[in-house]
Amino acid sequence: MAGISIRAVEKAYGAVRVVHGIDLEIAHEEFVVLVGPSGCGKSTTLRMIAGLEDISGGDVWIGQTRVNDLPPRKRNISMVFQNYALYPHMNVRDNLGFGLRIAGQSPQVVTERVNEAAGILGLSELLDRTPAELSGGQRQRVAMGRAIVRHPDAFLFDEPLSNLDAKLRGQMRAEIKKLHQKVRTTVVYVTHDQVEAMTLADRIVVMRDGHIEQVGTPMQVFNHPVNTFVATFIGSPPMNLLPAVIHEGQVLLRDGSLVPVPARLRAKTHEGQDVVLGIRPDDICPVGHGLGETDEGTDIALTVDLAEPLGMESLIYTSIAGQEVQAKLYGPRIVQASETLSFRLALDRAHLFDAATTRSLDVL
Amino acid sequence: MSRTAIPVRTADRPLPRPPLKKRAQAFGLWLLTFLLMVIMCVPGLWVVLSAFRPNREILAKPPIWVPETLTLNNFAKIFGIGQDQVAIPVLAYFSNSLIIALTSTVIALIIGMSGGYAFARYRFRFKGGIFLGLMLFRAVPGIALSLPIFMVWSRLGLIDAKLGLIIVYISLNVPFTIWLIDGFFRQIPMSLSEAAQVDGCTRWQAFWKIEFPLARSGIAAAGVFAFLTSWNEYALASQLTRSTDSKTLPVGLMDFTAQFTIDWAGMCAMAVIIIVPALIMTFLVQKHLIAGLTFGGVKG
Ligand SMILES: Nc1ncnc2c1ncn2[C@@H]1O[C@H](COP(=O)(O)OP(=O)(O)O)[C@@H](O)[C@H]1O
Ligand SMILES: [Mg+2]
Repeated sequence: MAGISIRAVEKAYGAVRVVHGIDLEIAHEEFVVLVGPSGCGKSTTLRMIAGLEDISGGDVWIGQTRVNDLPPRKRNISMVFQNYALYPHMNVRDNLGFGLRIAGQSPQVVTERVNEAAGILGLSELLDRTPAELSGGQRQRVAMGRAIVRHPDAFLFDEPLSNLDAKLRGQMRAEIKKLHQKVRTTVVYVTHDQVEAMTLADRIVVMRDGHIEQVGTPMQVFNHPVNTFVATFIGSPPMNLLPAVIHEGQVLLRDGSLVPVPARLRAKTHEGQDVVLGIRPDDICPVGHGLGETDEGTDIALTVDLAEPLGMESLIYTSIAGQEVQAKLYGPRIVQASETLSFRLALDRAHLFDAATTRSLDVL
Repeated sequence: MSRTAIPVRTADRPLPRPPLKKRAQAFGLWLLTFLLMVIMCVPGLWVVLSAFRPNREILAKPPIWVPETLTLNNFAKIFGIGQDQVAIPVLAYFSNSLIIALTSTVIALIIGMSGGYAFARYRFRFKGGIFLGLMLFRAVPGIALSLPIFMVWSRLGLIDAKLGLIIVYISLNVPFTIWLIDGFFRQIPMSLSEAAQVDGCTRWQAFWKIEFPLARSGIAAAGVFAFLTSWNEYALASQLTRSTDSKTLPVGLMDFTAQFTIDWAGMCAMAVIIIVPALIMTFLVQKHLIAGLTFGGVKG
C-alpha cells in the first residue's frame, strides 16, 4: 500500500522558482498524469518525487514515509526516462536484473523475476541483445521491464513515448495501460500530450508555470475546465473562445450578434460583464449532422471557409463574429468552401469564462 | 518528344562524372596519406634499422640503404653482454623511466577522472575560469618552467629524485587528462546514472558500475597519452636528474655522446628500447584508443 502525497512542494533554482507550492494526493494504485506545456515544471515535480532533485520546500510522502531526505534508492520507486536510459554496456537480461542484483537478490530470484517481467512485456526473445540492437519500441519495453522487476511502490514515467513515431506511440500507450491493469501499482506519468493524458489517466493534473491549474478525471477536466487555459489545453482541436459581453440576459458577441446565456449559468452572470464564450468544435455542428442532439441549442448561419474531410467526420473552419472558429460535421455530407449552412451551438455544453480572471463561471 | 529527351540527358550526363571525380579524390587522399606516413615513418624506420647495424655501416658515405650486415651487437653492448661493453646503466634508466611514467600516469588518471567527472557533472563557482586556467597552463612550454622548478626543487631536495619528476609529469598531464575525460563523461547522459540510482545504487556505485565502464575508452586514451608524454619527455628530465637514481631513458640517450664522438649505433639501439614499450602499450589499448579518439562518432 503506497500512495504519494505532495504537500506544498516548491522548487527553486537559486532565485528562480519553478514549482510554486503544489499539493496533490495520489491514491494507492492510481494512475495520475501530470500534463502541461513544456517548461511548466512537470519533470521537476516528478524528479522531486524520485529523489533526483532536492525539494526546496514542502514535503513528499510515499506511503507512510516522508521521503524528502531519502536518496532515490531508498524510496522504492522506479522510473522510466524519456531517453530510456538503458545501460548500453549490458544486454537486456542484465539491464532488467540490474536493480535486483544491486539489492543483493539471489541469482535464482533475479532470473525468475527477469523472466517474469520479460514475459509480461514480450521480451523473452531479446534477452541476449544489447540496447543498440533493439528498435525504439523494444527499448521502451525494456525500460518498462526494468521498472517492474523490482515490484516498486510506484512507477514514475517522464514523457516515455515522446521519442517514438506516432503509430508506435499509440501502441505503447495501450501497452502501458494494459501493464497498469496487470500490475496495479501507483503511477505518476508526465507528458505534454493531452491525448496521452486523456487516454491513460485515472486523474489528470493540469499544470502551468509551476502551478496546478486543475485536478480531475479526464471527463471532469474535459467537460468542466476551470479556466480558459485548461479549456484550450485539453481537447483537440482546442475549444473555441469568443470574447463577449453580457447584455440583457444574452451573450453579445463582438459583431453584435446575440447568443442566449446557457441556462445553468443565468444566475451567475450580470449585465455588462466581460466574458469569454467557450465552445468545443464538437458542439458546433450543422443541424442534423452532430453527434449528440441537444435540447438547448441555438442556430446560427455560418459560411464555410475550409472543410477537412477526415472520413467519418469533417473539420470545418468558419468564423463567428469575425473570429476563426472550428466546427465539426459527422456523417457522409460533403461541404464546399463558401457554402453557408445552419449550425447549431450546443449551449448546454458551452462555457462562460470571466474575461478578467479567465476562470469558468461554473466554478465561481 | 524533346520533352522526354532533355530530362534524360541532363539526368544522364552528370552521372558518370562523380565516380571519376570521386575516384580521383580517393586516390589523391590515399597519396597524401601515404606521403605523410612516409615522412613520419622513415626516420623511425631508419632508427630501428640502424639499431641493428654496425657503426661503420651507419656512417658510410655514400649511405648504404639496404643493410649488408645485421647484428645484435649494439644491444649486447648496452646490456653488458659480450666483449666490448658500453658503460651505460640501461636497466636502471629503464626502471626509473617505468616507475616515473607509470606512477605519474596513474595519479594523473585518478586526478583526471575526478576532475573530469566534476567538470562534466557538477556546477560550482569559477568552473569556467578554472577550466580555462588548466588549459592555459598546458599552453606554457614545459621548458620555460624548468628554471623556476629547478630552484624550488633544489630547495625541497627533489633534484635527482624520482618523486621530483613524477610531480612535474603529473602536473603536465593533468590538464590534458581532465580535458579528455571531461569530454567523455559529457557524452554519457546523466539519466544513466540517475536510472542506476533509482535502481538502488549509491552515487558512487552508479559511477563505478555505469559511468566508469562507459568512459573506459576515454580514460584508456588519456592514460596512453599521459604515459607517452612522461615516457618520452626529455627537456625537463635532463635538467632535474643527475644520476642513475633518477635518470630516465631519453636522458640516458645522451650518455652515448662523448666529447668528440657519438655512438650512433648504441644510441639507436637504446632508442629502440625506448620505443618498444610505448608501442606495446599503444597496441594493448588500441581498441579503446580508436574508440576514444573518435568519440562522438559512436552513438549508443
Ligand atoms: N537545473 C536547472 N536550473 C535552472 N532551471 C531549471 C533547471 N532544470 C529545469 N529548470 C527550469 O525549470 C522549469 C521547469 O522545467 P521542467 O520541470 O523540466 O519542465 P517540463 O518537464 O514541464 O517541461 C523550466 O523553466 C526550466 O527551464
Ligand atoms: Mg520534462
